[in-house]
Amino acid sequence: MAGRIKIRAQKKGELTEVKALMRHPMETGMRKDQAGESIPAHFITEVAVLHGDHTVMQAHWGAAVSANPFLGVRFQGGQAGDAVRVVWTDNQGGTGEGETTIR
Amino acid sequence: MRRQSDDAMTLYRFVMMIPRWWLLLMVVPALADEGIFDQYRDLMGDDNPAIFVIEEGEEFWVQSQGPSAATLEACDLGLGTGVTRGAYAQFPRYFADTDRVMDIETRLLYCMETLQGRDREVIAAKPYSLRGDFGTELEALVTWLAAESEGMIIAPEQAHPKERAMYAMGEEIFFYRAGPHDFSCATCHEQSNKRIRLQQLPNLTEHTEVAEAYGSWPAYRMSQGLVRTMGWRLQDCFRQQRWPGLIFGSEVSIALQTYMAVNAAGGVMTAPGLKR
Repeated sequence: MAGRIKIRAQKKGELTEVKALMRHPMETGMRKDQAGESIPAHFITEVAVLHGDHTVMQAHWGAAVSANPFLGVRFQGGQAGDAVRVVWTDNQGGTGEGETTIR
Repeated sequence: MRRQSDDAMTLYRFVMMIPRWWLLLMVVPALADEGIFDQYRDLMGDDNPAIFVIEEGEEFWVQSQGPSAATLEACDLGLGTGVTRGAYAQFPRYFADTDRVMDIETRLLYCMETLQGRDREVIAAKPYSLRGDFGTELEALVTWLAAESEGMIIAPEQAHPKERAMYAMGEEIFFYRAGPHDFSCATCHEQSNKRIRLQQLPNLTEHTEVAEAYGSWPAYRMSQGLVRTMGWRLQDCFRQQRWPGLIFGSEVSIALQTYMAVNAAGGVMTAPGLKR
């Protein structure tokens, strides 16, 4: 279930606006479950937005980001029909990827 | 004399200022906070994380499970075998095969038991996510089914005597005061424009407000990172009232849902909603 990304990329004048919603629990590692056991940390550590093969944004994330995080980014140089990808890796080695074309 | 009249004037001015200040303090924060959350909702637009849960629910619907290795596609939600479109908007309803009024959650359990051969008690023991969970099958199915009724008119039937009896029971419980704080549902939900801290409380006896409230569940709760269903919402209300825990799928739960759904009839389903 984790790993899915809903992504939209729309050209607005010079800029391409990318909106990505990621399916991830983003557990901080600080919470305890109903039985009092620690819930293991599980959160995205790296996220990147790629326009074709070119990385237009790269970020280090941590436990402070919400569950099912939403990312909005604008970049220059995109053309309608170009591929845009969002990729992430988490602290447990999991990865997620979503792709769309600019419209 | 002069001095006295000055004092009187000062006092008069002071008294005249009170209502204005009072209004500013009381009204402005309430409006401002609701406005900010509405703005947030508008900004998020279609990016409600519930869309993932809708997808997962649809996958559960067509997934073979249980000893019978069957899917839920033959489940009758009241509109005929396998009809999911618009079904949610007509719950709770009477089913002849079980001779009782069911909400969508108990109906799904019935289908899991009869079609898939799964143990109802096992699923009923943990229908909703606990802390650290990332959604349950039941939550996903209900979310998807609610989305299958999005934009449709809330239209629970009140044709069968048992449906009317459920409504009557729901109404009675709604106004029934009990527990250590002598609370009823009505304590919080029979007046308009009231709030607890910053949470606006819907008046569930008033058609527009109950339609908006009922029609927006199930909803993604940002503070929990989960979609919550109406059944869960009622359990949490009981907890907040310091009442004994509301049993999943119990008559009390279905009665209260019937009471709300019938009061909301004619309103529009907007679920899955997005809440704080």
